[in-house]
Amino acid sequence: MDWLESLNTAWNGLNANKVRSGLTMLGVIIGVASVIALLSIGQGVQESITGSISGAGSNLLFVAPGSFQMGGVQAPSGSSASLTYADAQAIADPRNVPDAAIVAPEFTGNTQVIFGSANINTKVTGATPEYLAAFGMEVDRGRFISEGDVSGRGAVAVLGSTAASDLFGGFDPIGQKIKVSMPGAGGGRVSLTVVGILSPQGGSRFSDPDNAVIVPITTAQTKIFDGRNAQGESLVTSVNVVVGDEERVDEITDEINTLLLRRHGFKPGEEGDFSVVSQADLLATLTQVTNILVVFLGVIAAISLLVGGIGIMNIMLVSVTERTREIGLRKAMGATKVDILTQFLLEAIILSLAGGALGIALGVGIALLVDKSGMTNAIITPDAILLAVSFSVGVGLFFGIYPANHAASLRPIEALRYE
Amino acid sequence: MISIQNMTKVYGTGEAEVRALDGVSLEVDKGEWVAITGPSGSGKSTLMHIVGCLDAPTSGAYWLNGVEVSGMDDTQLAAVRNREIGFVFQSFNLLSRVDALQQVMLPLQYQRGEKRLPRGERAKRSREMLELVGLGDRTHHRPTELSGGQQQRVAIARALAQQPSILLADEPTGNLDSKSGAEVMEILHQLHREQGLTVVMVTHDPKVAAQAERTIHFQDGLIVEPQADAQQGGS
Repeated sequence: MDWLESLNTAWNGLNANKVRSGLTMLGVIIGVASVIALLSIGQGVQESITGSISGAGSNLLFVAPGSFQMGGVQAPSGSSASLTYADAQAIADPRNVPDAAIVAPEFTGNTQVIFGSANINTKVTGATPEYLAAFGMEVDRGRFISEGDVSGRGAVAVLGSTAASDLFGGFDPIGQKIKVSMPGAGGGRVSLTVVGILSPQGGSRFSDPDNAVIVPITTAQTKIFDGRNAQGESLVTSVNVVVGDEERVDEITDEINTLLLRRHGFKPGEEGDFSVVSQADLLATLTQVTNILVVFLGVIAAISLLVGGIGIMNIMLVSVTERTREIGLRKAMGATKVDILTQFLLEAIILSLAGGALGIALGVGIALLVDKSGMTNAIITPDAILLAVSFSVGVGLFFGIYPANHAASLRPIEALRYE
Repeated sequence: MISIQNMTKVYGTGEAEVRALDGVSLEVDKGEWVAITGPSGSGKSTLMHIVGCLDAPTSGAYWLNGVEVSGMDDTQLAAVRNREIGFVFQSFNLLSRVDALQQVMLPLQYQRGEKRLPRGERAKRSREMLELVGLGDRTHHRPTELSGGQQQRVAIARALAQQPSILLADEPTGNLDSKSGAEVMEILHQLHREQGLTVVMVTHDPKVAAQAERTIHFQDGLIVEPQADAQQGGS
C-alpha cells in the first residue's frame, strides 16, 4: 500500500468511529492546553514580580535596620530602632561614601489618610527632597517636599496619582487639607496641606508608588509616628542609596557596611544590627520564591498531562477488542503486519496532531484570556508548547500503536476470535 | 488445487492437549464444490482456517495451486490470502459503521503486484460484485441497515472482489434463517455454475451439505468414510 492509500484507510477508520476519535483527541487537547496555560501563567507571574524589582534600577541599595536574611525571613521588629537619621547623614557625607550619588532616608509607616468622607489606608512615607530622584519619580502638578519642609517639619503632603484620585475624585487636591491619623494610643489626627501630585508611575512594585502619600521626614518622625529611640535620636526605616556607577555596587555595599559597623560600635566582620541589600540580592531572593511557584504550577501541569495521557490510554485500550477483530479481518483480507501498523500509526498521528493543534490554540487562548483579564501576566514560551505537544503526541503514538502491535502479531483467526 | 498431506493441529500441551486435526490428507480439484461436515469439535473448522491461511498447522504439508504454503512467513501468507482466497465467515465479520461499497473494497486496497487494481476502478469493481450478489441497490447501506442474509451477501461480494481462485465458506448459513440461507446458497450455486468457482464449504446442516458435489465427513480430527445415510451427531 502506498502512503496516500494508508492515509485514506486511516482517515476512514477515524471517521467511522467519531466518538472514539473525539475522546482520544480530547485527552491530547486537555493535556496540551493545561500545560501551556499553566506554564505561561507561571512564567508571567515570575516575570512580573522580578521585573518590577529590576525595573527600579540595579544601582539601588537599601540600608535597613535589623538583619535581612536571604530566603525571605523578616528581621524581628525589636531590632528596627537601630538606624538613625545621623547614620543616613553619615552615608551621605562624601568623605565616608564617595560614590553614593543620591542618599534618600525615609521613615515609613502605615496609617489612615482622610479627606472629607473619603479615607484610605496606605503607607505614609516621610522623605527628603532626594527621594524623588532616588526612585525616578516625577511631579505632575505642584511641587515635591523641599529642604525647608524638612527643616521646618512642614505640614505638607505630596500624593501619588492613585491616592489623589481615591481621596479627591475629580477635585483638584492642591491646597486642600488632608488628615492623617496618628497610629497608637492618642488617636489624634494631623492636618496636612497637599502641595503636589506625582505622575503615574505604573508597574506593580511592592509598595505601589502611585498609592504613596509623601510627607517631610521630620513631620513623619515627630508629628505622625513616634520616630525616636530612647536616646532621643531620629530614626529612619530605610536609607535608599543610588550608586553612580553600577559596576561598583558591591564596593559601596562594603563601604556602607564598614561605616555603619563603626558607628554602631561593632568590630569589622561582625554581624551588625542593620543590613545593606542591593537590588540584585532582592531579585535573587524573589527569584527563589517565584521558582517555587513555577515548579508548583509545573507539577500541576504534569498531573494534567498524566490525566490526559491516561485518557488517551484508556480509550485506546478499551477499543482494543473491537479493533483486534478489525485487525484480524484486515489480515484475513490480505493485510500484512506493516499495513496494519501503518494504518494505526497514521491514525494516531492524525489524532495527536489535530489534538495538539487544538490544544495549543486552547492553551494559548486561556493564557491570553488570563493576561487580558489583568489577574496576572502570561508569557507563552516555545518551551512550554514543545513540552506539551511532544509529551501528548508521544503518549498518543505509544498507546495508538501498542495494542495494535500486539493484535497485528496474532494469526488472523486468533485476532478474529479475540474477546 | 488444494493438496493436504498428513496434517495435524494440536492445541495445548500435556493433559490439556487437544488434537483438533490428527493426520488429515485431502485433495480438492479446480472447479469442485466440496462440503465438509461433522459434529462440533470434529476439526472441520480448524481445517478450514488452515486452508484459508488464517491459522498454521502443527505439522503436515499444504500445497495451494502447486505452491507449498506451509512454511511461508507472515508477509507471504498475507499475499496468498489476498490473491488466492476468498473467505466467508459464519458471523459475516463486516466492519461496523462502514457502508457496503467500502466493505467490498477492503481486500482491494491490500492487493499487490500485477493484479492490483488502480484506486479509481475499485468502486466500479465493488459495485459489480454487489450487483452479482443482488445488492446493487444497497451500496451505501451499513451493516446495521441490512438483514442477516444481505450482510452475508455483502461478505460474499467482499470475498470475491479480488477474484480469488477459491472461495472458502465456514458455515455460511449458520447464522441465517432458512429463507436467507437458501438465498445465500443460491448465490454460491450460481457462482459455481456460471464462473466455475472452486468452493469449499463447512456445514453441519445435511441439507446444505447435500447441495455440494462431494461431501467430506469429519470425526475426532479425522476424515471418516462418507456414508449415504450417515447419522449426523450433534450440531
